[in-house]
Amino acid sequence: MSSSSIKIKYCTADKVYYTISGILLTLVLIAVAYPIIFVVSASFSSGSAVSSGKVLLWPVGFNLDGYKAIFRKDDIWLSYLNTIKYTLVGTLFNLFVCMCGAYPLSRRELKGRGPLMFLFAFTMYFGGGMIPTYLLINQLRLINTFWVMVLPGALSVYNMIVMRTFIQSNIPNELYEASSMDGCSHITFLVRIVLPLSKAVIAVVALFSAVGHWNTYFNAMLYLNDRTRMPLQIILREILIMNQIDVTSISDPELAVMLANTADVLKYSLIVVATVPILCIYPFAQKYFAKGVMIGSIKG
Amino acid sequence: MNLTKFKKDYLRNWQLYLLLIIPIAFCIIFSYIPMLGIQIAFKKFDIVEGIWGSPWVGMANFQRFFSAPNFWQLIRNTILIALYGLIAGFPVPILLALVLNSFPKERYKKVVQTVSYMPHFISTVVIVGILMQMFNPRTGALGNLYNLITGTYMQDLFAKPNAFPHLYVWSGIWQSMGWNSIIYLAALSGVDPELHEAAEVDGASRVQRVWHIDLPTILPTATILLIMSAGSIMSIGFEKVYLMQNSLNISRSEVISTYVYKVGLTIGSGDFSFATAIGLFNSIINLIILVIVNQTTKKLSETSLF
Repeated sequence: MSSSSIKIKYCTADKVYYTISGILLTLVLIAVAYPIIFVVSASFSSGSAVSSGKVLLWPVGFNLDGYKAIFRKDDIWLSYLNTIKYTLVGTLFNLFVCMCGAYPLSRRELKGRGPLMFLFAFTMYFGGGMIPTYLLINQLRLINTFWVMVLPGALSVYNMIVMRTFIQSNIPNELYEASSMDGCSHITFLVRIVLPLSKAVIAVVALFSAVGHWNTYFNAMLYLNDRTRMPLQIILREILIMNQIDVTSISDPELAVMLANTADVLKYSLIVVATVPILCIYPFAQKYFAKGVMIGSIKG
Repeated sequence: MNLTKFKKDYLRNWQLYLLLIIPIAFCIIFSYIPMLGIQIAFKKFDIVEGIWGSPWVGMANFQRFFSAPNFWQLIRNTILIALYGLIAGFPVPILLALVLNSFPKERYKKVVQTVSYMPHFISTVVIVGILMQMFNPRTGALGNLYNLITGTYMQDLFAKPNAFPHLYVWSGIWQSMGWNSIIYLAALSGVDPELHEAAEVDGASRVQRVWHIDLPTILPTATILLIMSAGSIMSIGFEKVYLMQNSLNISRSEVISTYVYKVGLTIGSGDFSFATAIGLFNSIINLIILVIVNQTTKKLSETSLF
């Protein structure tokens, strides 16, 4: 009798807990999803509906004016192309440099592993700072070049440690011993065996660095001043944050009128166009997230 | 004897060292050479003379910073935003992970997870852009809602200095809570199910199980993350603060890193030595806090970063 009443009591306690957590999760869901849905809806709405505040959740006066306006602005497309280039080359570079460090550091035969790890890890906590780095980049004559967007960030110590830890814990030492018996060198072993077995971690590191390259504006702001080399984020900053849609420089009168009417819609469309590519990779890499974050957290 | 062993070892493993040359070169060129450049914090930098040739001035640049009229304002803004971010932002992903982990409906859980990770991939520029659009009193979604409910227009939060820390911190939490909860969820998935079963048999409620089983499981992970975020407490993201700044909220939004940029690299100033000194002051305080927090948690919980 008493035990059953206790049981019922606990069930109600659990019910209350589940109800509260259900409400909390729903609040989180709304808080995160609502701004995203709003941005997408506003990008498909008419200029007047957006500027008079009629858009609350779904598109009002559905049309594609914002997207049409973007399609006709050349500097946006040029910067888009630049960002794609920086992201592709930069990510490949990241992966290459990362692998060159991760594999040797995972091998027990390597002498001086401890000091080398310290040499790398120290840079995660201390650096030269903005000005000395700028002076160096300037001295290397990298200012205003394509490579300034790729080389300074080519080595990510964090990603390298993630990769090293993965190799260390997933590729058994016996595999190397057996291969080296058959005359396999370290580089052959790396290319033929380690790389194919590390697809998961390569996906994670590639995702991390691709997102980083796609989203960076700071390096471009510091080191680039040639308009034709600007990445997308710089143009985004001008339009979204500094409100510089230069209507006067547009010779096409039809476009100028369109832009004046759709300034806000254009902003929303631009947000969508700039963010969709990165979110497209996301479903493919999602299953690796937990793994990647977890490996990175193991200290060493 | 030893030498032949060394030689043999080298002959077998030289390719490892060859591969390592590449990352070491990048590390030295782009991390350690700038560290040599820090010396200009103690010099009066002269473009013609370069880093090594400029004359020493001792601590003059630091003294100038300490006696600058905006010194305390910079320190206060930097610490306020960072501490607020840490205190408000640290528990949220833990709470989210605990709730997600104990939630019975798998599909709803997956939906919440997938959606909450998404903002992590949005760039800082776009985040700030969305924020400005959403809070626009006349055309933004939140401005409209406010208007709908109260019938009056919302104040422009970007023009209110006191709103800056809240906007900065809570937009950061919005962006990162889902992503930061991943690591705790991963730690929670390692809990032995037998522990939960045993507790259930003993009549523990779900809340008790979360409190006595789940929470202790993620405590070491939380400690490590706390140390790491404490170590970067003074290095709050330059990018986002800089983007959110305007002349109206500058009294609360100017932090050390944005000031370094303005003093050092914007047109018309270019005081390299002074800017480097401020930056160095910032990184040294960071390093000191990191070591102190690390030693403290080491004593208290035997969990530490190094």
